Amino acid sequence: MRIGVLALHGAVIEHIRTLQAIGVEPVTVRLPEDLEGLSGLILPGGESTTMRKLVARWGLREPIMALAESGAPILGTCAGMIIVAKEIAGGDEPVFPLLDVTVERNAFGRQLDSFETDLEMPIVGDRPVRAIFIRAPIIERVGPGVEVLARLPDQRVVAVRQRNVIAISFHPELAGETRIHRLVATMAAEFAEPREGTTAAGTEPWSLGEAI
Amino acid sequence: MTAETSTWATKKGLAQMLKGGVIMDVVTPEHARIAEDAGACAVMALERVPSDIRAAGGVARMSDPEMIEGIMAAVSIPVMAKARIGHFVEAQVLEALGVDYIDESEVLTPADEVNHIDKHAFKVPFVCGCRNLGEALRRINEGAAMIRTKGEAGTGDIVEAVRHIRTLMSDIRRLQSMREDELFVAAKELEAPYDLVKLVAAEGKLPVVNFVAGGIAIPADAALAMQLGAEGVFVGSGIFKSENPAKTAEAIVQATLHFDNPKIIAEVSKGLGSPMRGIAAVTIPEAERLAIRGW
Repeated sequence: MRIGVLALHGAVIEHIRTLQAIGVEPVTVRLPEDLEGLSGLILPGGESTTMRKLVARWGLREPIMALAESGAPILGTCAGMIIVAKEIAGGDEPVFPLLDVTVERNAFGRQLDSFETDLEMPIVGDRPVRAIFIRAPIIERVGPGVEVLARLPDQRVVAVRQRNVIAISFHPELAGETRIHRLVATMAAEFAEPREGTTAAGTEPWSLGEAI
Repeated sequence: MTAETSTWATKKGLAQMLKGGVIMDVVTPEHARIAEDAGACAVMALERVPSDIRAAGGVARMSDPEMIEGIMAAVSIPVMAKARIGHFVEAQVLEALGVDYIDESEVLTPADEVNHIDKHAFKVPFVCGCRNLGEALRRINEGAAMIRTKGEAGTGDIVEAVRHIRTLMSDIRRLQSMREDELFVAAKELEAPYDLVKLVAAEGKLPVVNFVAGGIAIPADAALAMQLGAEGVFVGSGIFKSENPAKTAEAIVQATLHFDNPKIIAEVSKGLGSPMRGIAAVTIPEAERLAIRGW
């Protein structure tokens, strides 16, 4: 099973090392042919405006949409969260309209407002997640069918999942946090080799038996 | 669950988010928008690009805050700005403006010939120039959260940038080949803190992100820097002193991304018009060289 990391720019090597640390073979994705045979894809942090241009320039939009729509897990961190949102506050066109949320870019301000904190994220266990926010976005509106995975103490939403798509505002790959990548790897394994009985029409192989 | 701002992880982390990208010098909001449209991952706001600073002579200082604010308002990507080496009040002013990164830069006239800025004292992160590993580690020890090799700014000549990234990378490889008990003397010779020397020897890389700067003028220059070990590039005069800035900027972004794919570099290099004319670094007298500023 191989999981790709979109490598147009940004925190690519950090995600690759995190995948290697949990025993998953990573693949760097710069061109459409790099997507072949992937069971999941990570969209890393970086600048979403830069990624938007490069996704269009190298013809990655359609094949990544197809991979996501086939049910392969997609994890977007920071800029990756912005580019999977169906709606971006301020009116920018969506890049991969996969997640029924509205995202606000640079929601905390500029670099001086970047911060880190511990967050409860029950889907990965009881131990809090060390969350590093860098010029981070937040989820302003959560659509129906979107599960909230983590909130700040002031209740603002910073991690969500809708079926096979997970988006988080912060950077587990900078904090030595592997549990979110493990969750994606589990979803990718189920996508690659659906369990007996889960492939019948109408079932969702990515659901992992949890309420969504 | 208390939130901590401006931690080392957030300072160094922003540079990690810029990797694989191009940071472009811009002097007006319009330039900044051209850079952003071309795919720049950040811009450096300054009054004059280095080749104009070189031509103008005189003392080069921090830019007008109003001009920096104009650029911050024009784009959504991070905005960096330059302070003179050792001029911590210029840095305080830039921090007060809310710039995303400060470049303590040899392109401006140094304000202190002994001390660099104590960058730990600031909430905003700093990038600093270097010509070799010792210089890089001294800057990191002072609190730099990102490094760039200097090159010779404003020349459009890549030769000094190549010298500096090659020197840095070979210094790192030499440390990796040493026995642990040889690192004490290595630290002495590098004039760098032992703990940082030991860390570099163990990891085979700097503890912060390193870009290449100074002399990049065409897409192949950017790809050369990347193949030599850069994690991204700064382009100063090379874009807005070229015949077609928007096209040149975009081509340099693509060549930085696909630095190991000569077919793509060939494709994006077609029909860009004249690059900046440039000035051979070898013809610049010692006293006019920018890279020797800082130590």
